[in-house]
This record gives sequence, C-alpha cells and structure tokens, in this order.
Amino acid sequence: MAENILSVQDLHTSFTTDHGEVMAVNGVTFNLEEGKTLGIVGESGSGKSVTAYSIMQILEKNGSIRSGKVLFRGEDITKWPESKMRDFRGKKCSIIFQDPMTSLNPVFTIGWQLEEAIKLHTDRKGKAAEERAIEMLKLVGVNEPEKRIHQYPFEFSGGMRQRVMIAMALACEPDILIADEPTTALDVTIQAQILELMKDLQKKMGMAIIIVTHDLGVIAQMADEIIVMYGGRVCERGTAEDIFYRPAHEYTKGLLRSIPSVDKIGQRLVPISGTPINLLNLPKGCAFCPRCDAAMKICLEQVPPETRTVDGHLASCWMAVKKEAEAGMINFTGDSGRSLKADDTAGAGSGKD
Amino acid sequence: MEEKFTPDSQYLVQAHDMKMYFPIKTGWFHSKPLKAVDGVSFDIRPGETLGLVGESGCGKTTVGRTLLRLYNPTGGEVYFDGKKVDAKSIGGLRKDMQMVFQDPYSSLNPRMTVEDIIGEPLDVHKLYTSRQDRRDKILHLMELVGLNAEHATRYAHEFSGGQRQRIGIARALATNPRFIVCDEAVSALDVSIQAQVINMFEDLQKQLGVAYLFIAHDLLVVHHISKRIAVMYLGRMVETADSNELNSNPIHPYTQSLLSAVPYPDPKQAKERKRIILEGDVPSPLNMPSGCPFRTRCRYATDECKAKMPPLTDRGGGHMVACWNK
Ligand SMILES: Nc1ncnc2c1ncn2[C@@H]1O[C@H](COP(=O)(O)OP(=O)(O)OP(=O)(O)O)[C@@H](O)[C@H]1O
Ligand SMILES: Nc1ncnc2c1ncn2[C@@H]1O[C@H](COP(=O)(O)OP(=O)(O)O)[C@@H](O)[C@H]1O
Ligand code: SF4
Ligand code: SF4
Ligand SMILES: [Mg+2]
Ligand SMILES: [Mg+2]
Repeated sequence: MAENILSVQDLHTSFTTDHGEVMAVNGVTFNLEEGKTLGIVGESGSGKSVTAYSIMQILEKNGSIRSGKVLFRGEDITKWPESKMRDFRGKKCSIIFQDPMTSLNPVFTIGWQLEEAIKLHTDRKGKAAEERAIEMLKLVGVNEPEKRIHQYPFEFSGGMRQRVMIAMALACEPDILIADEPTTALDVTIQAQILELMKDLQKKMGMAIIIVTHDLGVIAQMADEIIVMYGGRVCERGTAEDIFYRPAHEYTKGLLRSIPSVDKIGQRLVPISGTPINLLNLPKGCAFCPRCDAAMKICLEQVPPETRTVDGHLASCWMAVKKEAEAGMINFTGDSGRSLKADDTAGAGSGKD
Repeated sequence: MEEKFTPDSQYLVQAHDMKMYFPIKTGWFHSKPLKAVDGVSFDIRPGETLGLVGESGCGKTTVGRTLLRLYNPTGGEVYFDGKKVDAKSIGGLRKDMQMVFQDPYSSLNPRMTVEDIIGEPLDVHKLYTSRQDRRDKILHLMELVGLNAEHATRYAHEFSGGQRQRIGIARALATNPRFIVCDEAVSALDVSIQAQVINMFEDLQKQLGVAYLFIAHDLLVVHHISKRIAVMYLGRMVETADSNELNSNPIHPYTQSLLSAVPYPDPKQAKERKRIILEGDVPSPLNMPSGCPFRTRCRYATDECKAKMPPLTDRGGGHMVACWNK
C-alpha cells in the first residue's frame, strides 16, 4: 500500500453567525494516498469546500476548526504556527478555486502574478522566475506564453484563466493539489480540456489530488477513491466502482437515481424528496433522515456508525448495518442492545413533497 | 432572391432566419455589430419540447429573448400559432408566451410575497373576476408546482433554490401560456432537486399541453426532457435532430466533440470513452471567422470551409447538419 500523504481525522469545523453556530463539518475522516486522486462529492452546502479550506487553514474569520487532526506526513498541521502554514500552503499543498476570475488580480499582468507566486515559494528570482512562469504556462497549454505573460486576466477566456490558476498552483511542485469545483464555471468542452490537463500533469509531476465537486460525472472520470458527504459528514467511502456500482448509503443511492442518463430516457426521474439540510439545526440521528425513504426509528435517534458493507467498502447508514446483519456478518442483539427489525420503519420522512 | 416564408399550421412556434445583432462601441463614432444570433430557424409543435444546447455565449438566451420579442430583432420572422409576432401583435401574445429564468436567486424580487409574485401576471392581464378568484387561481398554481398553500404569504428570500424555481414557474404558468422558454431553468439546482423540477416540467406538459424551448448546457438533462435538440455554435445552428438520433449519431464535428466531452456518471465508461478534445476557445463573436464558424477548432476544416458558410441540409428524417465535409 502506498503511504498516506494526508490524513484527516474526525475534523469538526463550524462558523459563528448571528443565527447561531453553523455546523459545516461534523467529524470528517479520510486518507489521501501519495500520487492518488481523492474525490469529494455531495450537494451544495454539504461541507466539501469547508473541509478543503480547513486543511489549508484558510477559513473565513468567523470559522474555526473545533476539533480533529490534519496529519501531513504524520505531523498534525492544525498545531502548526501560521508561519509554518504559509510555507505548507505554497510548497506542499496548493488550491485552485471555482471562479478563476475572482482568484486572479485584475490589475496585474498574468506574468507578474505567476512570478510573484514563484518568488514567494521558491528561491528563483528575476529572470529565473520569469522563465519558470513561461515554462509553467507552456506546460498547461497556453500558446505563445512569452506574449501572454504581458496580458491581463480580462484578456484571457475562462478556460485559459483556469489554466493560469493551475500553472500557479503547480509552479512550486506541491505534493498535494486541492481543486475545489475547478471546472464548474466552464463549458463542457473546456471542462474536458482542464480535466485531461490535470490528469496529465499528475502523471508528469506525481502530486496527489483532492477534487471537490457536486458533479458525479466529473468525479467518475477523475477519482480513484471517493467520499460522499452530506450534512458535514462522510456517508460513504470506497473506490469509484464501489460508489457507482454498489452504493450502500441511501443518500448515495438517491443521488445516483436522480441524475438523468441515456439509459433512463423515457423514464421518470426519481428525485430525492424534501429540501436541503439546515446546518443550524442538525437532526439528532442521521442527517439525511428527513429526506430518506428507507428511514427507520433508529435513524432518528442515533448517528449511524461507519460499517463495512457486504462487498467491503464503508457506509454510514443504518440500512447498511441492517443488510449486513441479514447477511449474517454480525450479530446485532449482542452488539449494543440495538434491535433492527423491519417494523422499525418509522415513517421519519417528513417534509416530503 | 429570398423566397417568401409561409408558416406551417402544424407548428406552434416557428422562427425563420432570425437575427439579433447588438451594436458594440469600438470608438467615439464607430460601432460594430455583435452577431449574437445570425440566421437561426426552427419549429416547435404544440406540447413538444425543443432542447437548445451550446457553449456559453453562443446565443441561446438571445434566441429565447428574441423569440419573445424582449429584443427587437435585426432580421427574420417569428410565427406563433400561424400569426406573425411583431411589435404590434406581441402585446396580445404575451399571455401565451412566457419565460422562466436561470437564476432562482436573482430573478425574483426577494421583498415580494409568493402570492404577489404569482399574482402579478394575473393583475397585468386582468385574469380574474374577484379577489377570491385571484386567490383561488394563485393557490391552484402553487399546487400545480408542488408548493404548500401556507407558503403564499412568505417572502421569496425565505425559500430554497428549488422552491424559488417552482415559484418562478408558477408565475410563468399564471397566464395559462401555450409556450414557455426555459432558460437554464434547472441549471443552478443540485441534482436531487433538479430531478424534482424536471419531473414537474414533464408533468405540466402532460397536464396542460404546454410546449417548451428548453435551454441548458447540460446535455444529459436536455436529452432527458427534449424530443428534438438543436445545437448552436457562435450564433448559428449547426445541427438539429431527434434527441435519440442526435445522441447516437451526431454528424457535425462540433456536436461530436460536445457529446464526447460530457462527463458520464459511470467510472468504467469514463475511462474507456474516447474523448475528442477540442483545441482552443470559442472565437469572440466580434471577430467571427469567415465561412464556417467552427473552422478554427475543427479537425476536418478545408479551404471550402474558409470560403463559404455551410447551409443546414437534411441528412434524412429531419436530421439537419451544417457542414461541408460531414
Ligand atoms: N444586451 C447585450 N449587449 C451586447 N452583447 C450581448 C447582449 N446580450 C448578449 N450579448 C452577447 O451575445 C452573445 C450571446 O449571448 P447569450 O446570452 O445569448 O449566450 P448564451 O448562449 O445564453 O450563453 P450562456 O450559456 O453563458 O448563458 C455573447 O457574446 C454575449 O456577450
Ligand atoms: N463564512 C461562513 N459563515 C457561515 N457559514 C458558512 C461560511 N462558509 C461556509 N458556510 C456554510 O457551511 C456550509 C458548507 O459550505 P461549503 O463547504 O462551502 O459547501 P459545499 O459542499 O457546497 O462546498 C454551508 O451551509 C455554508 O453556507
Ligand atoms: S436508512 Fe437511516 S441511516 Fe440510512 S440514510 Fe436513511 S435515515 Fe440515514
Ligand atoms: S464546414 Fe468545415 S470547418 Fe465547419 S464543421 Fe464542417 S468540416 Fe468543420
Ligand atoms: Mg463549494
Ligand atoms: Mg444564457
């Protein structure tokens, strides 16, 4: 097995607001292997970006990591002073964001911004920094980089700006690249170019990638391992094949059912009922319970534990626990006195349409 | 010599050679036309859905807005139910032709109640006999789109994205239209909610027989909801066909690369599928290439493509393609 370059353990992050504490991340755990791609998928507000920003410690002022560890090569970086984190952010781990326009400064040339990033994080200066900038632009497929470095962001299209952001993020050859919805603002043909570029650069440079997206198509194409998030928790984790072909969590199943696909033409889509979760007021048990058609009484009361599914990946869903019990893998009554019978179904699905 | 266009009574909406140019200032005294839509033709039958896809900036929204005469077209003709849509007739046709917008967050006034938002078109077109009738109509519309009656007095900003989109649709339905332009009406929604709204569009079509021009950049969504699909590139239509036909047998090189770029939610397919990665970006509509608009990115381009614009021709069964070499 490859080494884990990053390990997030029981991360809790919240934001203080006028309306109360927004519980954005509620116990997220995952490992990132050297040189691999981890996909984080979930709907808007599920805590994907906050997880990424917590790793980088670039949360907005009202937010903070409440508990948990972020181990980089075994060291807990949540304990690091800001000076050391600054170094981490440039040299070890870089992030690219959804909207390349807001992340580039409109008043400076592309070249100037790239060179600044290079000077800040490497010992290259002057001419050497400029050469590196040109080399990086070439690497990400920007034509005529010698001319392009003198242009301003508004002179670049959306796809080209995202290439520049990738060039900037990779200029210091980080070990980890975090891409937060890197192609959401782009057209599909440009998206295909950027995703291809990221895979290509990973082959050349060997960095590990965390790709954050709500797009199941993008995740299917990019990720080796996937975590599915809902309500700031990980519902399910496994290989891309586990998640797409053998989903075990009711939320994952619902997500896959609700996307249109060529095989479903002429059929009615099966949406997930209800409305997205309110993080100011998390349910006591399973966060997905108010929208889940399979909800049982126990789902209302207790957060489901992470369970190994019959085929060997992990899901945090009482339904998966029940299936496992039925398959005779574990003995329930002997466990913690929980009983899971079919008549436990509690009609918990309130808020349905 | 242009033939005179005669509308065909089997269609509800017909656009013929529609053009919309915007003047863009290039200096103190100079301006240049930005050809957002440049000679687009299509027809939609009653109760049918035509999907419209293409990259950002290719002119989809402009087609929708010009069709409803929210813009004054530079050229071409639009017919609705056999009647020519022009400055004079549009007033009487507004009721029948409505639009649902992309962004559920900005297209509704957050300080208006749901009741007022849905009631506004009823007021404008005086579509009720009494206060009670108005209220009944509003509640009926809310029910149609799956909104709770008790939400009538709440403000738009209190609702989630999916619910706001429902409010926008109820408002569009208020005048009992026969045709709705849906411009990226589900694009801002999460997939689980998107499926709720897509189902609702389909149900409403079955119940009320309304026809849609369904504009979206997500091909899977468009394919799901549309009977026919039109593909646009730089202000022109490059291919139209039945959805299934377009999906299984795309002919235009742009359509081929567009379809191959769709990220399918299936890891095996994603790994095996051959993608046609296009070089470069869409050219600026202010600097339109000569001849075929796609030729700067097309791997089949020849001299002919540079010299002449390819016309849309029927490749069998109404599968229309504008390309010299395919
Ligand atoms: N009022 C306007 N004045 C000037 N140019 C305009 C105007 N409206 C649209 N355009 C231009 O016309 C072209 C087509 O725009 P349109 O909004 O129709 O694109 P679209 O296909 O709907 O794109 P998207 O997918 O981004 O919504 C673009 O180049 C756009 O910048
Ligand atoms: N600065 C902030 N103040 C309050 N709430 C925030 C802040 N940043 C994010 N949140 C909330 O945290 C939740 C998770 O956000 P995010 O991680 O951005 O979701 P996504 O999964 O779409 O990336 C959301 O409910 C969001 O509104
Ligand atoms: S079955 Fe229970 S634990 Fe599983 S998703 Fe539904 S509510 Fe949650
Ligand atoms: S006409 Fe020529 S340039 Fe245009 S799509 Fe066909 S082959 Fe390509
Ligand atoms: Mg996000
Ligand atoms: Mg548009």
